[in-house]
Amino acid sequence: MSEYIPVLIMILLAATTSIAILLIATFIGPKKSFPEKMQPFECGETPIVSPKLRFSVKFYLIALFFVIFDIEAVFLYPWAVIFKELGMFGFVEMMLFIGVLAVGLIYVWKRGALEWE
Amino acid sequence: MIADLIETIAKILFVFGINMGFFSPILGWVERKQSAVMQDRVGANRADIMGYKAIGLFHPIADAIKVMVKEDFIPDGANKIFHTLAPFISLTCSIVTFAVVPFGGQYEIFGHKVNLVIANLDVGILFVFAFASLAPYGAVLAGWSSNNNWSFLGGMRASAQMLSYEVAMGFTIIGVIMVFGSLRLTDIGMMQEDFFRWGIFLQPVGFILFLTCAIAENKRIPFDMPEAESELVAGYFTEYSGMKFVMFWMGEFLEIVTISAIVTTLFFGAWHLPFITDADLVNFFSFAGQTGSNFLAILVNVATFLMKVIFFIWLQMTIRWTLPRFRYDQVMKLGWKMILPISLINIFITAVIILV
Repeated sequence: MSEYIPVLIMILLAATTSIAILLIATFIGPKKSFPEKMQPFECGETPIVSPKLRFSVKFYLIALFFVIFDIEAVFLYPWAVIFKELGMFGFVEMMLFIGVLAVGLIYVWKRGALEWE
Repeated sequence: MIADLIETIAKILFVFGINMGFFSPILGWVERKQSAVMQDRVGANRADIMGYKAIGLFHPIADAIKVMVKEDFIPDGANKIFHTLAPFISLTCSIVTFAVVPFGGQYEIFGHKVNLVIANLDVGILFVFAFASLAPYGAVLAGWSSNNNWSFLGGMRASAQMLSYEVAMGFTIIGVIMVFGSLRLTDIGMMQEDFFRWGIFLQPVGFILFLTCAIAENKRIPFDMPEAESELVAGYFTEYSGMKFVMFWMGEFLEIVTISAIVTTLFFGAWHLPFITDADLVNFFSFAGQTGSNFLAILVNVATFLMKVIFFIWLQMTIRWTLPRFRYDQVMKLGWKMILPISLINIFITAVIILV
């Protein structure tokens, strides 16, 4: 585990830097507020639509595809590391796995889930 | 034990210093100067100290002082905690990523083995991806918490785009791992000692795909749909001002550095000069004694690595000022319908070649 200690130090250092910058941002600089200024930016108009609306389902679909295909990628990493030792057996096994997911990709593609027009 | 501690602290300070003290301020200037050169303008050259302009190199200092005294603006109805958390996530993650990138080989100084990487993790690349994939949280939280329509659209675009390209990026790298048989970035660097074993010769397609995905993941032009000045004002950081805005920018610039470093490590021989091994370097400097020769070799390694990184930063800057912005449907089409299938085919072809 000792090799993770430098990572921990690095994370602490990075977090400290970020927090220091945030503190600078909060405490230096003027603070003036009046209602017109505090409105969210809308090109000079008063906002008429709240951003907390429903959004296109396509973004949600992309998130689902991400989960599926990223898990595939995670399975591929350990296989790729020991690929040379596994030889032909590993090759055939993994090509079957990739093939199944490629069929999934083709299905998603043909159903039009990747269209954005 | 004490020696280990000193070594670790020295390396952390070196990496941290070079990232925060050199790259992140200077890249703002580089970006402006690069655009000026490419657009036939004089460019950033106004800031001066006592009349010295130094081709505009004082602009980062002027900018830093300026943004520090700006007001930190949080609009009405915004979620204050998440509004503050978003730049924190962006910046912290991009600093931490550099912890696993090796910038030199293994040497011996005063009888103490020095390994020129902060954390020699056996899951190096996965660590990079883990922290790179925390970056969408920054963009999405910024967009969602600002209570602004532009920010919200920018955040949605950022999330979908970064998720798509993360998948593609994961696949493009697998060919490299298969060739080198390791996830440890130091091992991958070591194996590229021979010039003809550099990743670019073994995985040319993988290199192009990876660089494309990395730029898309970093939301730079031509993939800067989440920001898209002409459509979304400034995208997900419309409502940010002063230092918080700069934190997003620093995060982006540090990610450029990280991408360049990873590309160098995986595809361009890491810290190696062509045709010169680390042992050759130590022999060449043997006049300086045992410790001295190792030390000089370290300097050459680090300088080589930094030169390569700076080259790729320049390449990314040039791409950024050369290409126009894609449409959103084109970006998603490129990710899912081009890069993903090509990277799967790349894995297949690599596997066949290794077996045969």
